[in-house]
Amino acid sequence: MKRALLTGNGSAAWGARLAQIDYLPAFPITPQTEIIETLGKWIDTGEMNCRMVTLESEHSMLTAAGTAAATGVRVFAATSSQGFLYAMEMLYTVAGWRVPFVLVNVSRGLSAPITLEPDHNDILAARDSGFLQIHCSTCQEVLDSVLMAYRLAEHANVRLPVIVNLDGFYLSFTREPVEIPHAGLAKEFVGPYAPQGMTFRAGSPVSQAVAVLGGSPYSYFRYETHLAAQNGVSAFSEIALEFEQAFGRRQDAVEAYCMEDAELAFVMIGSFATKAKDAVDRLRKAGWAIGLLRPRLLRPFPMELIRKALAGKLGVAVVDQNLSVGKGGVLFTELASALYGMEGAPLLLSFIGGLGGRDISPEEFFEMAAVTRKAVEEGKAPPPRLLYTEEELREVRKLQAIAHVERRELEAGR
Amino acid sequence: MNETRFQRKKDLPSTHLLGTGTPMCAGCGGLEALHQIYDILGERTVFVNAAGCMTLLATYPFTPFRGSWLYTSMASAAAGAQGVRDGLDILLAKGEIGSEEDLQVVVLAGDGSSYGMGLSATSSAIERGLDFIYICYDNEGYGNTGQQFSDATPHGARTATSTGPRGFPGFKKDLFAIWAAHKPTYIATVLGSEPLDLARKVEKAKSLTGPRFILALAPCPTGWDYDPKDTVEIGKLAVKTGVWPLKEFLEGKVVHTHIPRVRVPVEEYLKTQGRFAHLFRPERNEAMIAEIQGMVDAYWASVS
Ligand SMILES: Cc1ncc(C[n+]2csc(CCOP(=O)(O)OP(=O)(O)O)c2C)c(N)n1
Ligand code: SF4
Ligand SMILES: [Mg+2]
Repeated sequence: MKRALLTGNGSAAWGARLAQIDYLPAFPITPQTEIIETLGKWIDTGEMNCRMVTLESEHSMLTAAGTAAATGVRVFAATSSQGFLYAMEMLYTVAGWRVPFVLVNVSRGLSAPITLEPDHNDILAARDSGFLQIHCSTCQEVLDSVLMAYRLAEHANVRLPVIVNLDGFYLSFTREPVEIPHAGLAKEFVGPYAPQGMTFRAGSPVSQAVAVLGGSPYSYFRYETHLAAQNGVSAFSEIALEFEQAFGRRQDAVEAYCMEDAELAFVMIGSFATKAKDAVDRLRKAGWAIGLLRPRLLRPFPMELIRKALAGKLGVAVVDQNLSVGKGGVLFTELASALYGMEGAPLLLSFIGGLGGRDISPEEFFEMAAVTRKAVEEGKAPPPRLLYTEEELREVRKLQAIAHVERRELEAGR
Repeated sequence: MNETRFQRKKDLPSTHLLGTGTPMCAGCGGLEALHQIYDILGERTVFVNAAGCMTLLATYPFTPFRGSWLYTSMASAAAGAQGVRDGLDILLAKGEIGSEEDLQVVVLAGDGSSYGMGLSATSSAIERGLDFIYICYDNEGYGNTGQQFSDATPHGARTATSTGPRGFPGFKKDLFAIWAAHKPTYIATVLGSEPLDLARKVEKAKSLTGPRFILALAPCPTGWDYDPKDTVEIGKLAVKTGVWPLKEFLEGKVVHTHIPRVRVPVEEYLKTQGRFAHLFRPERNEAMIAEIQGMVDAYWASVS
C-alpha cells in the first residue's frame, strides 16, 4: 500500500490497473480523457499488460467492450456525458448480454446547452438499462469502487456490467490523498477473470445475443436480468465486507452519516454529498439532530437499506443534481416510491441543485435544513425548489440584456 | 492464385453446412449466397451480425449455424468484430486458448447497415487493419423494415419510400470503391447464382488476413417484387447485363473476374422485377431505361 495525491481520474485508472484488465476500448471526451491517457501510458511503458484500442465512437467502444467480454476477457472502459448517451443503444444491449465489465462514467451535464461541468442526467439516463451503478463521493472511493465493481459484475449471482460514476471536475480533476492498495492484495481481492462459459472458441460453438420471437421469451430474459440485478444488493454487502477485511476501508451500499439519532436528513449521491456532510457537521455543532444518507449503490436500488435507515426520521431533504424535465428530481421520485406505504415514513422534500456544476453553498444546506424542519412542524412539504439565488438570476438577466443590445446594434448597422 | 480447389462446378461442396428451416423468405438471394459462403468458411467462424433480415437466422433457441453467432446492432457490427478478435488474440497471447481454438471473425450485415449506419464503424475497423471478413448481402434496401430505399438502392427502383413514377431519384453508392480507398487486404463482389466465382473468392478471402470484404448482390423476391423461383435467373441477368460486375481488389489492383463481352440490354434485367415495372408500364420510359443503360455502359467503358 502506498499513499499518493491522485485525481478522481487517476484513481479510476489505478483501479483498472490493479484489477488487471485485459482490454481497454477507448474514446476521448472531457472530463474523462485523463483516464484512458493514464492507462495508455502505463501500457506503453509496460507497467500494464493490456490491449488498448481506440474506436471511432462510444457506440462502437461499448460494442467492442461487450463483445470482448463475451469472448472471455476482463474489460474496462470510460466515458462521459455526450459519449455516454451516444452509446446508449449499446448500454442497454450489452447489459442484456449479461457481460460483466466495468465502465467508468465521469458525470457531465448534457447538451443543450453544451457544457463541461457535472450533473447526473447523463448517468441517470441509463438508470433502467441493466447496468448496475456505483456513485462515488471521493477519489479514494473511485479507486475502491472500481475494484469492488469487478467483483460485483463477475459475481456468479449477478453477471452484469457495472458503472462507477464520479463527478467531472469536482472529482475528476481534484487531487485528494488516496491509498493505493498493494498490487498483490488487489489481485487477490479481484481474482482471476472467470468467463463462466461465456466465450467464443472453435470446437464449442455458442450463440449469444440472439433474437427472440414474442413477448414471452423477451419478458423472461428481461426479468431474469432484473432478478440478477437485485441479487446485487446482498452481493455488494458481501464484497464490501471482504473489501474491509482486505484493505480496512468500509464502502457500504448506503452510507449513513450521523444518522443514528438524526431527526432530519439529507439524501444525496455523488461528490456534492461531501458538502452535505460538512453542513451536517456544522449543523450538529449548532445542536441540530441531522444526518446524511448517501446511496452509493443506485442500481440495484438498496430499497430495504434505505427504508431501514430512514425509519423514524421526521423529515428528509432529497437533493437532486439532475432534472427529469417535466417531472423533477429523479432521486426524489426513487425515494418517494421506496418509502411509499411505510409506516412512520418521514416527510420528503425535493430540492434541485448543482445542475451543470453549479455549486451548493453551506448556507443553502442550512436553508434546506430549516425549510425541512419547518415542513415537519407544519406537517406539510413545500413544492420542489431549485437552488438558485436572486444574484444568479440578475447575472443571467444581465447577459440577456447584453445579447439584446448586441442584436439591436447588429440589426441597426445592417 | 490459380491454385483454387474449385476448378469446375463439381468441385463445389455437395452438402450445405448451414441448417435449413430459417425464417428467411423463399428464394432469398442473400441466404443463397450465405449458404455457399458458409460452406467455404466452415464452422470455425463466429458471425457478428448487424440488424437486418439475417438477424432472425438465430432465433432463440435455434440456430442454423454449426459455429458461433452474436447479434450486435445496426451500426456497430464491425466494432463488435473488433472486440471478439481482440478478445481471442488476448486469450491466445495468454495461452488460455490454443491456435486450434481460434476463430475466423465474420461480420454479416445488410446493405443498409454496410453502406450507411455501419460505415463509420467499418471504416475505422479497416483503418485499424482488423483481421476479419465482412460480408454484406446487398438487397438494395432496408429489407427487414419493408424495403425502404437505402444508400444501395439503384436509380429508378421503386421502394416503400420511393413510390413515384420515377422511383428512387438517387444513385447506388459505390461501396466497393469506398472500401478500396481504405486499401484493405481483399475485396470481392459475388452473387449466389455464380457459385464457382463465389467459391474461389471466398476461398481466397479465407486464405488471407486483415480486412476482407465480400459484397454479395442479394436478389430479394420480397423487396424486388418477383417470383421466388426467379432468384437464380435474375442473378445471372445481373451479371450478363453488366449491372453487377464480378471483380476483386487485391494488392491495390482491381481485377474483373468476368467481363461480359456481349452485354444483354439492361432492360432484360429490369423487366424481371416489379420494382422497375413503372419503367415499362403504362408506357415505356425510354429516357430512364436509356439513362440506366448509359450508366452501365459508362462503367464498362472505364474497364479496360
Ligand atoms: C438503430 C436502429 N435503427 C433502425 C433499426 C430498424 N431496422 C432494423 S433492420 C433495418 C434494415 C436494415 O437494412 P439492411 O442493412 O439493408 O438489412 P436487410 O434488412 O435488408 O436485411 C432497420 C432499419 C434498428 N434495428 N436499429
Ligand atoms: S426480404 Fe429479401 S433479403 Fe430479407 S429475407 Fe426476404 S428475400 Fe431475403
Ligand atoms: Mg438490405
